[in-house]
Formats: sequence, structure tokens, C-alpha cells
Amino acid sequence: MTGGRLTPPVGADDHVQGPEDAPVTLVEYGDFECPSCGMAYPILKVVQEHMGARLRFVFRPFPLTESHPHAQHAAEAAEAAAAQGYFWAMHDMLFEHQRRLEDEDLVGYAEALGLDAGRVARELAEGTYEARVRSSFRGGIRSGVNGTPTFFINGERYDGPWTEAGVFVQVLSEVADATGSAARR
Amino acid sequence: MATTDTGKHGANILKPGTPAPNFTLNATPDQRLALDELRGRPVVLLFYPADWSPVCGDELALFNEILPDFRQHNAELLAISVDGVWCHAAFAHHRGLHMPLLADFEPKGAVARQYGAYREQDGTAERALFLIDGEGVIRWSYCSPVGVNPGADGVLSALEALTGTSTGAEAGTPSGTRS
Repeated sequence: MTGGRLTPPVGADDHVQGPEDAPVTLVEYGDFECPSCGMAYPILKVVQEHMGARLRFVFRPFPLTESHPHAQHAAEAAEAAAAQGYFWAMHDMLFEHQRRLEDEDLVGYAEALGLDAGRVARELAEGTYEARVRSSFRGGIRSGVNGTPTFFINGERYDGPWTEAGVFVQVLSEVADATGSAARR
Repeated sequence: MATTDTGKHGANILKPGTPAPNFTLNATPDQRLALDELRGRPVVLLFYPADWSPVCGDELALFNEILPDFRQHNAELLAISVDGVWCHAAFAHHRGLHMPLLADFEPKGAVARQYGAYREQDGTAERALFLIDGEGVIRWSYCSPVGVNPGADGVLSALEALTGTSTGAEAGTPSGTRS
């Protein structure tokens, strides 16, 4: 048994930034209430900027509900925003307001983003996306997610350093170069 | 890309097919738990280096989250480190952990040693997982580099293979061991 392999692979259901044919796909399993994920958030912005079109970034919710009581609903709010085409705006909003994740805050963020906040409130209350988030969590467990955030680079769990954007960019660039040359062969 | 190196880590941990050494350890300041009390059910032993260290916290938080999956297999999860009972009590309370944290405290690391999961150089347990069947025989074991949380995929797959059921399925009663 080695690190762990992404199951299921990135697909049409995923929340994706960057080109589909990018040489590197970085998947983050994250929790909107997790301080380490909050720390990773601005780092990943820098990484994305440096990598440009060489990187496809995917976020999958992995709420540790026993540790983080607001994480499940925050993840569901992001799915509710996704249903209105605003996943990433909500993703950013949640990480920028990690300490205020009560249901009323979540609905407030939807409103601030210009979404149909009433619909988000209703979908949160009805648990419309509860199963989807739990399914993401389960997929994470089966992939070998071992805490949050856990990263997968081109499908393989990455246990290396990420807290310094420069180092992370270097790791990803090496993968991009290797993938690129393999593709040209 | 970093992958786990299992070669030099945990070469000495007890292997599948080995009878699991019995032990009795404190689960709380006034409660002791013996492994053989759990005979008839699968037991997952999770050795970890220390309370409070960040990686361990994540590992236990992760396993804490999937306790229902273990219950579905009628399996018991026991976490073990060399920390004392009061340290465990504070740690469990602070993190909201629901599994027993056993204190392999006096003589220090004696149980970890029996399982080949003691790190002499650090004076702590390895980050090791064992799956023990209802007959008390180790059926699967894994040792992770000490800085890397192993995740739960390996032990869940082993548990599914042991009980012949898949995790997360709605289907009814736990099947126990069918080995």
C-alpha cells in the first residue's frame, strides 16, 4: 500500500478551475472550517497564478464534522452556490470568512454574491446537497485522504510540502514538465 | 512526488497470521480494557506517536469521523499511545474523540513493543494499524512513516475483505467475522 490514489477520478461533477488538458491536475480535499485549509487558500491562489494554464485545480469537500460543526453546512452552501453557477465565488467567500459560518452567515454570503439567497436557505434547510457532500467525503476516505487539506497531484496523494507557494509551484512545475515531455514523445 | 516508504518503516511490526498479543490497558483513569474482552468481533488497533501533535490529531480526527463505518462492521477501534490517562482524557475531551484512547504508559510502550511498533529512538509508538479478527489473529497490518497520516482506506478495505461486506452500504446487520 502506498500513498493513495484518487477514486473517483476527476469528472464532470467536479468543481474545476483551469483547462481540462492542463498537464497538472491538483485536487484538494478540504474543509471550509479547517484552519489549515484556510492557510492553504491564499497559497493556492499564488500557486494558481504562477502555474497559469499548466494547472487544473479541483476542490472536493471533505468536512470533518466531529471537529468542525459548521463544515458540513458550509460545504452544502458551496454546492448550493454551484447550482446557481457560483461555486468558486462561494468557495472564496467561505475561506475568507472561516470564523463566521453559521447558517445565517452562509445565506448572507449568498446574498452578497447576488445569488437567490432564499433558494440557498431552503436547500440548506432541506439538506438538498447533504448526500453529495457525504459522497465526496466517502470518496476522499477511499482515496486515502488523511486529514485536511489533502492534495492529489495527477491522481496520486501528495504528502510533500505545500505551505510555501514557491516550493509547491516547483513541485507542480516538475510534474508539468515531466507530463509535457511524456505527452510529446 | 512523495510516496510513502514502507521499506524501512515498521519492518518489525507483527504480520498477518500472527496471534495478537493480549494486553490490558487503561482506557480512562478508572477503567481498564483487555483485548480479549473483545473476542468475537474485529478490532482495529491504531498506534500513534503522541497526543496533541498535529499529524496525530488529524489522524484521530479522521478515524473519529468514520467510527460509524467501523460499527457497521461490528468492529471496535482502539487507539494507543504512550501518553498517560490524564493526558488522554484531556486530549479526547478537547478534540471530541469518541474512540477509547489506551495508555501504554507503565511500563512505557510495553504493548507497542509486543506489536513491533515501538520507536526506541523517540520513545513513542509507531504510526501503525492492525486489524485483528474475532479469533484474535492479526489479519492485516500497516506501518506508516511517522510524519505521514496513513488514512483509513487500507484498513477499511481489509475490514471489508474480512467481513465480506462493503462499507457505506445500507444493507442491514453487521456480519461479524466469517473467516
